[in-house]
Amino acid sequence: MSTRISFILNGSRVTVDVEPWESLLDVIRKKLGLKGTKLAFCRGACGGCGACTVIIDGRAVYSSILPAYKVDGRNVITIEGLASPEGLHPLQEAFVEAGAIQCGFCTSGMLMSAKALLDENPDPSDDEIKDALRGNLCRCTGYVKIIEAIKLASKRMRRPAGGG
Amino acid sequence: MSGQVTGVVEVKEELKHISKEVPKYDSPEKVVGEARYLADVDMPGMLHAKILRSPYPHARILSIDTSKAERIPGVVAVITARDVKLNPIGFMKDNPPLKSNKVRSVRDEVAAVAAVDPEIAMEALDDIEVEYDPLPAVFDPLKALKPGAPLIHDEFGTNSVNLDFGFEAGDVEAALKAADVVVEGTYRTQYVAANPGDTMGALAWMDAHGVMNVMTNTQAPFLYQRWLAEALGLPGYRVRVVQPYIGGAFGRSLDVLPFDVIVAALAMKTRRPVKLQFTRAEELQNAPPKQPIIAMVKHGATKDGKLVARSVDLVIDSGPYVSWGVFDARVMQYTATGLYQVPFVNFKTKVVYTNNPYCGAQRSAGNSQITFALESNLEELAEELGMDPVEFRLKNANKPGTVTSQGAKITTCAMEEALREAAERIGWRGRRSAGPDRGIGFACYFHVGGGARIYRSDGCGAAVKIDDFGGVTVIVGGTEYGNGLDTSVQLIVAEELGIPLDRVKVYINGDTNIRLWDVGTHASRGTFVCGNAALHAAREARRQLLQGAAEFLDESSDDLDLKDGMIYSKKNYEKRMAYDKMIRRMHFFKGAKGTVVSTSYFYEPPSEEQDKHGYGNISAAYGFGCQSALVEVDRETGKVKVLKVVSAHDAGRVINPNGFKGQVHGGVMMGIGLALIEELKVSGGRVLNGVFEEYKMPRVVDVPEIIPVSVGEPDPAGPFGAKGMAESPIIPMAPAIANAIADAVGVRLRELPMSPERVWRALRAISSTR
Ligand code: FES
Ligand code: FES
Repeated sequence: MSTRISFILNGSRVTVDVEPWESLLDVIRKKLGLKGTKLAFCRGACGGCGACTVIIDGRAVYSSILPAYKVDGRNVITIEGLASPEGLHPLQEAFVEAGAIQCGFCTSGMLMSAKALLDENPDPSDDEIKDALRGNLCRCTGYVKIIEAIKLASKRMRRPAGGG
Repeated sequence: MSGQVTGVVEVKEELKHISKEVPKYDSPEKVVGEARYLADVDMPGMLHAKILRSPYPHARILSIDTSKAERIPGVVAVITARDVKLNPIGFMKDNPPLKSNKVRSVRDEVAAVAAVDPEIAMEALDDIEVEYDPLPAVFDPLKALKPGAPLIHDEFGTNSVNLDFGFEAGDVEAALKAADVVVEGTYRTQYVAANPGDTMGALAWMDAHGVMNVMTNTQAPFLYQRWLAEALGLPGYRVRVVQPYIGGAFGRSLDVLPFDVIVAALAMKTRRPVKLQFTRAEELQNAPPKQPIIAMVKHGATKDGKLVARSVDLVIDSGPYVSWGVFDARVMQYTATGLYQVPFVNFKTKVVYTNNPYCGAQRSAGNSQITFALESNLEELAEELGMDPVEFRLKNANKPGTVTSQGAKITTCAMEEALREAAERIGWRGRRSAGPDRGIGFACYFHVGGGARIYRSDGCGAAVKIDDFGGVTVIVGGTEYGNGLDTSVQLIVAEELGIPLDRVKVYINGDTNIRLWDVGTHASRGTFVCGNAALHAAREARRQLLQGAAEFLDESSDDLDLKDGMIYSKKNYEKRMAYDKMIRRMHFFKGAKGTVVSTSYFYEPPSEEQDKHGYGNISAAYGFGCQSALVEVDRETGKVKVLKVVSAHDAGRVINPNGFKGQVHGGVMMGIGLALIEELKVSGGRVLNGVFEEYKMPRVVDVPEIIPVSVGEPDPAGPFGAKGMAESPIIPMAPAIANAIADAVGVRLRELPMSPERVWRALRAISSTR
């Protein structure tokens, strides 16, 4: 029995028919064609890897294990919605600059977790950053530069343009 | 926090791009989610494949009935060994892609289905009826060698694989007898999953020219082309391989596996695109893991700590088929003869067929395993001698300008400097002085740094073309899967040409029809080998450009230079022209020859294949380094926490510091996983993680302070002096941690992973004997 749901995706309203067992990730990737969100290390096989993280009403959520119908009426942001027409989000700039990306498979999820963190806590400590990334696996970078990138972005976002 | 590359070799010439912190070449598309990986690619009319594998680790196949499955709506094709003729694959050609008479592991492929969606394909597998006659199985390589053990390949009459990786230098027995101190031990390593984000897969389609096209996340597209063609019985020119963005590989994607051949066979049969990509559970069960070893190691030394002899007896469980994993033995051999100066070495191997999973190469291809055994045993020896571990290692360290007993010609080598850095930066003050329940451990490594000639050619081709606007495209045979070869190549070409970095586009991955041959990206060879290919192609482009410019600037090309995008006379700066304008002149100017600059170069490193005794200089340069680890052991739980790691590498000149640090951080964390956390639990030939339990990998909370350090001089053979280093940081991590645990609480762990349970048991064992 499919249900018609409607939600805000990256700022625009979308309406889509979903099956009760369909994950939000599948709907985003297969029905809505946004491939930036990844299915990676887990999907019921092993613990949360976070590659599929999206932001729902401000919170970082694993889209691979969330039934799609649950986002009816809510606000969803994926990696495709992070940059604005004016340019990249400071987190994206910082990830590129700090070398926080190797294979890139975890990147979308990392960025979503990081955005949810900075939106709520603009000046996180190292431990708070680590806590926010607890549920995100990365096999390549050893996490160090991801943490550095988040700190860099946090600094820049608190001291906008012109600040040194 | 850490993150600074310290002690970077001094740059004498004025270099514009090399050794600068630049973003990874492909990070712009990755950061916006636009990079398309295999999972993101669909084709119109595409079918999905699933493979039926054996439920038994060892059984005879009596009959297969696919008729019921074929009748399911949505099923387009079902194949078994009966319907398609496929040639066996692997180094010994001992692995038929579809098994006909016998299955030898639970991975063994019996049938495959292509259907309109993966769920239907899955359902159809249930309706394939196979009758088996289960056979006794053997999972312990030592038992498999005993008379009367079940034979994995009946026709061979033995489970001993006909491959000998032995090497002997001098009379080791006599030398060990004469030694003042001899220490021996047996060390074991585990199955470890490479487990990148991107699972293994292939998307195959036959085109109108009769060419089999395969999109795959392989690391070795040209070997893939050859091996797939052989398996399908097609000429190689009728196979084309395309690589999309690849989300990590770490060595496990070097073989052509049965699934690759099966997908292609289904595409041939259905004349439609067919895709198969492993789920995570399938990846853990079927992708080749790191090769486990059992190593019996003996070292002998004089009482003042000079190594005199080493013997290594190795057992390698091949599983039922010989894959790259077994060939890890070749890397281990070079470490056995090369790590430290040891005059007499005896290296013996037994490779054994069992009903376990077969393995593959994985980051350092055996070196992390053998270095765990050697460096653990050496530490035991140093303790026995009552010597400081750093002093002991310095006494035996490799030196530049030496040749190992196996013929490895060591040109540049800064192992001593690496040791000193690792000691100083970790705060070494001698044994048992790191604080209560804390300890510090050291381990060094020896690894190839200038390619690795394990195939007849270790070369790579690159081409450079310059468009009418000064845009430069470098087409390179090497593969990018996060390793950063794209960026090294970009830096090298921009530097050599003397133009801004953003003018250089790198065509990497993509199409085997377009790229020049490369053996595959493995063995830390990308920057050195493919970098050299790109360097020479760029050098020739520069020569053509200056030669063309000579005419227009009325100057001999020897007197011209190209810097910052400007071609000018070194004698008279008035004579100059922007290089892109010059390019247009050469192409379009009235009366000009109509020149378009395009070049190609195939670089074959100056190394040698091993001779029949196993002797030979297999790499054009070698990498050295040392890692130190500070750990804390919880005596109650046995849990080991790594607090700090110093990771010092002689990688020649670090041409891409961002990439260098990234490899250090990632390799150290993978090393911590290998040492303490990770294990594919294999029981009865079956992987248990992924289905019944989680496969644990290092998470952000496991990250210690990591200090990457670069030591050494530019290497004369490397592009701008670079040596390979991408695998290095994983190599000495486990023994450094094992040695740190011994320093902290006095227990010696000889088996990986050093899980809380193992540490706790070891602690209990010493407390009960006290
Ligand atoms: S794919 Fe959703 S948490 Fe891993
Ligand atoms: S960059 Fe490869 S998984 Fe994180």
